Formats: sequence, C-alpha cells, structure tokens
Amino acid sequence: MILNNKNDALVATLGQALEPALPGRSPWTAARQRFLRNKAAVLSLALLCGITLACIVGPWLLPHAFDAADWDAMSQAPTWKNLHWFGTDESGRDLLVRSLIGGRISLMVGLLATLASVSLGIAWGATAGFMGGKVDAVMMRVVDMMYAVPYLLIAILMVTLLGRAFYLVVITITVFSWMDMARVVRGQTLSLRSREFVEAARAIGVPTRRIIFQHIVPNLMGIVVIYTTVTVPGVILTESVLSFLGLGIQEPMTSWGVLIHDGTTVMEISPWMLLFPSALLSVTLYCFNYIGDGLRDALDPKDR
Amino acid sequence: MWSYALRRVLATLPTLLAVITVCYLLLHLTPGGPFDAEHRVSAAVLANLEAKYHLNEPLWKQYLLYLNSLLHGDLGASFRYEDWSVNELVANALPISAAIGGGSLLVSLVVGVALGTVAALRQNSAVDYGVMLLGSIGSAFPSFVIGPVLILVFAIWLKVAPAGGWNDFAPRYMLLPMALLVFINVATIGRVMRASMIEVLHSNYIRTARAKGLPLRTVVLRHAMKPALLPVVSLVGPLAISVITAAVVTESVFSIPGLGKLIVNGASNRDYTLVLGLVVLVTVLAVTFNLLVDLAYALLDPKIRY
Repeated sequence: MILNNKNDALVATLGQALEPALPGRSPWTAARQRFLRNKAAVLSLALLCGITLACIVGPWLLPHAFDAADWDAMSQAPTWKNLHWFGTDESGRDLLVRSLIGGRISLMVGLLATLASVSLGIAWGATAGFMGGKVDAVMMRVVDMMYAVPYLLIAILMVTLLGRAFYLVVITITVFSWMDMARVVRGQTLSLRSREFVEAARAIGVPTRRIIFQHIVPNLMGIVVIYTTVTVPGVILTESVLSFLGLGIQEPMTSWGVLIHDGTTVMEISPWMLLFPSALLSVTLYCFNYIGDGLRDALDPKDR
Repeated sequence: MWSYALRRVLATLPTLLAVITVCYLLLHLTPGGPFDAEHRVSAAVLANLEAKYHLNEPLWKQYLLYLNSLLHGDLGASFRYEDWSVNELVANALPISAAIGGGSLLVSLVVGVALGTVAALRQNSAVDYGVMLLGSIGSAFPSFVIGPVLILVFAIWLKVAPAGGWNDFAPRYMLLPMALLVFINVATIGRVMRASMIEVLHSNYIRTARAKGLPLRTVVLRHAMKPALLPVVSLVGPLAISVITAAVVTESVFSIPGLGKLIVNGASNRDYTLVLGLVVLVTVLAVTFNLLVDLAYALLDPKIRY
C-alpha cells in the first residue's frame, strides 16, 4: 500500500515535470512550427495576405472607380495628389484601383482553377494508383499525352472556339493544370495501397470507392498541400498569358495580364503603366514559390 | 535499338491522333458555320460553298477527309485571309520562328553549359551566385514581364536595339527577342548543368583521373563533360516545347510575324481553320522533337537498356 502510494506520487510528480516540457505534437503542429521558422516563407505569406486583402478591400476604400475617367489627370505619373499613387492611364483611370480589381480577377481565377484542377488531379491520381493494372496504364497514358502537347496553343484554340467568358477561361486553364497533381498523387497512392490499414479495410469488405476517399485521400494531404501551392502560381501565370495575348479576360473587366499588356502599348510615355502591374504579378508569383518551398520543408515526410 | 525506336515511334501516334481528334471535335462543337459572316450569301451559293468544303457531309466523313488531307500535308484554307492557304501562311512564318527559337536554344545551350560548368567548379564563388540569381529571376518572372522591361530599358531608354518588328532576318531585330529567350532558358540549363557536373565530379573515376595527375582541364572536358551533359540532353525536349510556346508571347511582345503571332492573330480573328492547322502542326513538331531527343538519349546513355 505504502509502496503503491509512493509510486503514485512519484508518477504524479514525474508527470508534472514532463508535461510542460513535452506537449503533444501532432504531425501538423510540428509542420506548423517548422514552417514558422522559415523566415522567407512567413514573410511571403504575410505579403500575400496583404496583397489579397488590398485587392478585396482596397477598391471600396479608394475614392476612384476602376472604370471612371479623371479628366484632370490623364496619363498622370504616380503622385500623392488625388490619391493617384500608381498614376493613371491615358483616359485618366486610376491605375492603383485597376491593379487591385485586376488582382481580384487574377487571384479568383487562380483560386477557382486551382481548386478544380487539384480535385481532378487527386481523383485521377488516386483512382489510377489504387486500381493499378490496365486502368492505371490507360489513365497515366492520358497524362503523358497531355504533357506531350504544347498546352498553351491548345488553350488558345479552346478560348477561340468556346469563348472568353470568365468561367470558360477557368475551365480552359483547369484542363491543362491537373497533371502534376495526378502524377504525384498516383505515386503516393501506389505506396499507400500496400500498407496494412488499407489491407485491413479491404479485409473487412469496405468498398473500393470508400477506401480511396476515406483511407487513401486523407493520407495524401501533405503532398497535396505542397503541390497546390505550386499549382496556384502556374494557374495565375496561364491566365495572365492568355489575358496578355488578348484572349483571356475581356474589357471592361481587367486582370494583371490585361494591365501588363495595356502597359506595353504606352510604356514609352508612361512606363509606370507597365511597371506597377508587372511588379504586383511578379511579387505574387514569388510569394507563392517561397510559400511552396516552406511547406515542402515543413511537410516533407523524409525530414521527420 | 531499332525495336525500341519503332516502339517509341508507334507510341507517339495515339497522342497525335488524340490531339487532332479532340481539336477537330472542339471546332465542330462551336456554334455557327464559317460562312455566317457579315454579308449573308443566298441559300444556293451557301450550298455550293458547303459542297466545295465538304461541309454537307456527315461529321465522320468530314473528319476522315480532314485526316486524309493532313496526311498529304495540307492544313486547309484560311477562313479570314483571302487567297491564302494555311500552308502558305505557315511557309512564310515558320522560318522566322525557327530562326529565333532554334538560334536562341543553341545559344542558351552553349552559354548555359559553360556557366553551369564554371559554377560547379567554383562553388559559392561570385560566378556561382550569379548563375543561381539569374536562375531564380529567369524562372520566377514571366516572359511577358521580362520582355517589355527589356524593350523599355534597351530600346526606349538606351536605344541600342529596335523595340520590335522584323526586317528580313536582320540581326538587329533578332537581338532582343533572342536575348529574352536565352535569358529564360539559360537559367534552367545552367542550374541542371551545375547540379549534374557537381555530382559527376564527386564520382570515383574522376578522382582516379585526378590522382594519376591529369590536369583539371582534361578531366573536366574529356571525362566529366559527357556524362554531365546527359541530364541537359533530356532537358532539350521540354525546352524546345517551351520555346515553341514562348514564341506565342515573344512574337506578340516584339511584333514578329512568326508562327506565334499568326496563331494569336488567328485566335483574335476567330480564324478556326488557321488556329486548328497551326495547333496540329506545332503538336506534330513538339511530339517529333520529343521523340528525337528520347532516341538520342537512348543512344548516348549506355545505362539505358531497351
């Protein structure tokens, strides 16, 4: 009895001593701590949040409308006067507001097309990897084919034929952005498929579809998060290229690609028209790259 | 080797057929016929026109006719440029794109391999950091941002080269577009070359070569260069496709009348047959090029068994 009590007390004190030193660390907590230690990634994340917030809120706070002409300030260089911080274009429209509105569209296309292509990629890759055999071979052959074609040209053909409405641009971009994800997910699924918990699920008769979506897909989340951050800048870039060529978002709507194109036509007299939207787009792409690197370091299972 | 080559050639056929079929079907999903233009023609004339271009046939027959004319190298007629067939438009534009694309790819291969090698030999030196910096700029900034900035700095502010246009292969006009493409590609090639050269230089046979007293120059050029080049060779295929794709942007930025400009103009004018023909042509080029690179790789790398 006494011995037992003593032991209990000992365990209690030991427990008290250990508890604050060893808080429970789930893999996600550990990953977050690793990510927060990466200064470039955290800075990029903060910068990106700032840009996104500015794009969402900015146009409401600034006194100019994105399509309203200021007749007193046409082709105005950046100035503090009238809050034309980025200057104006040749018909006096405020470039700062236009850049923010354009950012809204670019980021929205990025978000939607990424969501769509990530979902498609996961479904495709997980199915191919799990089914294996002939199904896998045919499905991956399709992916190889998609890689072999010069996608930008077919995207141009698609927007030519289908039209340039916002959702059509999103669909066109999605069609050519899901293959990386499918490949990565397939590889991961192949290795997960032979693990014990999947075997157990199959042994108790869980249907294939539920095994894929309830047991395999949740275990893919780490790699999916990494490749999503890699997909976003690619998607935004494709939208910008299409818009830059005049084949994406149409006037009076605008996006960063449209603004950069407009900037090239007047850069001789108003270089700020080119430089500000270019800088915004490049900074955003850079941020996504750094965040992707940070997440890769934080979530890579090899480092654990 | 021959059976491997044959298998690779056969494997490209489904890709080509799939691309052509999908594009062709897309074209036919589009509402509106090619002759619904501003001035309507009478029903009889329309029927004649449709008969001439086989538009009155069922879809599968039109498709087979299209495939047949493709096999004979005929890409069809343009819907917008009167009196021009797609073939003639391509014949004018292709040499221009090939000169800029091929030239810049060649220059960037030479410069990239040289820079990558120097960076690998002098790790953490100024050259090394320069190459890495160039690499991160070239891969992060999109070409349609770098291009206009090049024009702004070198054509408008410094006035050392024309801002754009084309003058019968005059080198002055090729300077900036090629500089842009080289800048983008050198980044990738340099990075890959640096990594593979470092790896090769750490291998045993290089140490042996050094140990028996060969000068560094001989070791690098004679022994290390060939295996270190292999990853670069496998990069040439994707790079060629990216050059073709980048042509769309560069030729728009610098207003060069090449394939890229043709396809963008065709897309803006909704010249369906022109865009379809160009997409088919470029896909064939890209797939063929990939095939050639794969075969070359199989020849060069003794470790690959087929």
